[in-house]
Amino acid sequence: MHLNKLNLLRSMLQIRRFEEKLEQLSRETEKIYGMMIVSTGQEAVASGVGAVLDPADVIISNHRSHGHLLAKGADPKLIMAEIFGKATGYNKGKSGTLHIAAPEVNVLCTTTVVGGGIPIAVGTAFASHYKQQKNVTVCFFGDGASDEGSFHEALNLASLWNLPVIFACENNVYSGAQRVEEHSKVKNFADRAIAYGMPGIVVDGNNVLEVYQSAMKAKERCLSGEGPTLIEYKTYRWGGHSTHDQQSYQPQEEIELWKKLCPIEQLKATLIKEGVLGQEQYQQMENEIKQAVEEAVKFADESPWPQPEDAMEDIYI
Amino acid sequence: MQNLTLGEAVKQALREEMLRDENVFVAGEGIGVGIHNNPKLPTHGLLEEFGPERVKDTPVSEAAIAGLAVGASVMGLRPVVEIMFNPFFTIASDQIINHAAKLRYLSGGKSKFPLVVRIKTGAGIGAGCQHSHNLEAWVAHCPGLKVVMPGTPADAKGLLKTAIRDDNPVIFIEDMILNFIPMPVPEEDYTIPLGPADIKKPGDDVTVVTWSKMLGTALNAAGKLEQQGISVEVVDLRTLAPLDEDTILKSVRKTGRLLVLHEATRTGGFGGEIAALVAEKAFNQLKAPVKRITAPDIPVPYSKPMEQFYIPNEDNVINGIKSILG
Repeated sequence: MHLNKLNLLRSMLQIRRFEEKLEQLSRETEKIYGMMIVSTGQEAVASGVGAVLDPADVIISNHRSHGHLLAKGADPKLIMAEIFGKATGYNKGKSGTLHIAAPEVNVLCTTTVVGGGIPIAVGTAFASHYKQQKNVTVCFFGDGASDEGSFHEALNLASLWNLPVIFACENNVYSGAQRVEEHSKVKNFADRAIAYGMPGIVVDGNNVLEVYQSAMKAKERCLSGEGPTLIEYKTYRWGGHSTHDQQSYQPQEEIELWKKLCPIEQLKATLIKEGVLGQEQYQQMENEIKQAVEEAVKFADESPWPQPEDAMEDIYI
Repeated sequence: MQNLTLGEAVKQALREEMLRDENVFVAGEGIGVGIHNNPKLPTHGLLEEFGPERVKDTPVSEAAIAGLAVGASVMGLRPVVEIMFNPFFTIASDQIINHAAKLRYLSGGKSKFPLVVRIKTGAGIGAGCQHSHNLEAWVAHCPGLKVVMPGTPADAKGLLKTAIRDDNPVIFIEDMILNFIPMPVPEEDYTIPLGPADIKKPGDDVTVVTWSKMLGTALNAAGKLEQQGISVEVVDLRTLAPLDEDTILKSVRKTGRLLVLHEATRTGGFGGEIAALVAEKAFNQLKAPVKRITAPDIPVPYSKPMEQFYIPNEDNVINGIKSILG
């Protein structure tokens, strides 16, 4: 697969601007109802991993999912409409921001039960293996999820059966309000792979090129039948757990430090230095993305609400 | 007609469905090479016939087993996974209750999860309360699941085949005592729809609604009462979800009396749902209060006299029926 660094930049920027809009709408308007959870600062993980995936590859996501969806090619309009609770959304308003499934792009499950998606990823990977298909599953979860029993059961089984799954642990330093030191004695969550006889790799999750390389290597390992890899992406969530989190537990200096490690600014600087990107070209990219976000908002805004009784549909076939 | 135990009938259904559809696979703890090398058990011999790619012995990991089924089914396979004992279901319950039951709804009807979770259940095996605990009310309470509890081997075969072919997640609960009682089972390939109850014995004076192993208890009690001139109609629900309200209501409207019989404990048990249904929709036809015969609200005790005390028996049913005949 040929790496297009400009596409990586575009992908990260799309996630950033999309989620900035979500935060703004959530805080300042009545358009978005309920919880809002964004991944600002962590975009390189979604974009870098997403760039190695083919349409047939599967993503199992979690409560911080917008980046994963966009990086897999989900339609921003349908995501926005779902978050608005409109009938035109990916899931007709039944999921909202927290559980969006986009089977059209093989994001087959977004679960907010922490660690709940990890055994499901074993199942989707098993199906690829069973049908001898050349595709992989990526399961995204946080550092906190690796404390769940489901993580351990799933990694053990995936490794035992050499299944084509990449366990992408986004260590964003906080599990709720707990710092990593407060919820585990393990310094690197990737070390937990040792217990299951699979490779565990620590990667700078704010360096999208390293994210991409690591995911490509793990994918090749999956496709050669050697089995799963656990990759710990060390990153940081600039915001709180959700937009209503006051972040009392997050030191301001720490946030400022990580903002200097912004994955978008890092790649942008590299591309300008390499002469691949000019300021004008960057501005054009910004404009296109902002316009697409505005179009998504307009689409969601103008879309019809579901009828109350539509709630009774889609339970059984 | 062949005589099979419920376990053997389940095995026949599994085998025939695996031959019919290569997307069907089975997985669970000890289902290939088990500690009990007993041909009466439901998965005995499948590994030898279908091989390790389709008969997956798993580690002792109930959450992973259930997650395997959820993930494999959304990709188009038809997993039939086994939870060895009903109490162990609690470890798999996140996958079943939060995921299998809800993910189709959360997808807005775009995805489907055609999986079957077979759960072995029932008291009377001397294994105590962490191996014996009927939890069907837990799953019947969750929209998105279908819940099947056969009371005969013949029903088990036809219902399991339908469950495997169904595009919804199905919880299929097998009472282990029925694995040791051979009964006639048709040899041909047949299915039984999920939903309709079956009137196992028609009668006029009182309706007994029951399911699973308690069907036998109900029929034995009904046979004895028949000799005393009391005509009992025995309605075997077979599936708790979907629930065949019409058959229950029609029978109660005819007899005017209802006794609900289940092995699960009383409080919050599914019998309460049947009683409420009849109270809402057939109250005026009732000639007597609704009666529930269930296990008492205690864990399943180990010692045989206490364990037998726990399981509702014929005498309990006979006395219960007489108490509402007035």
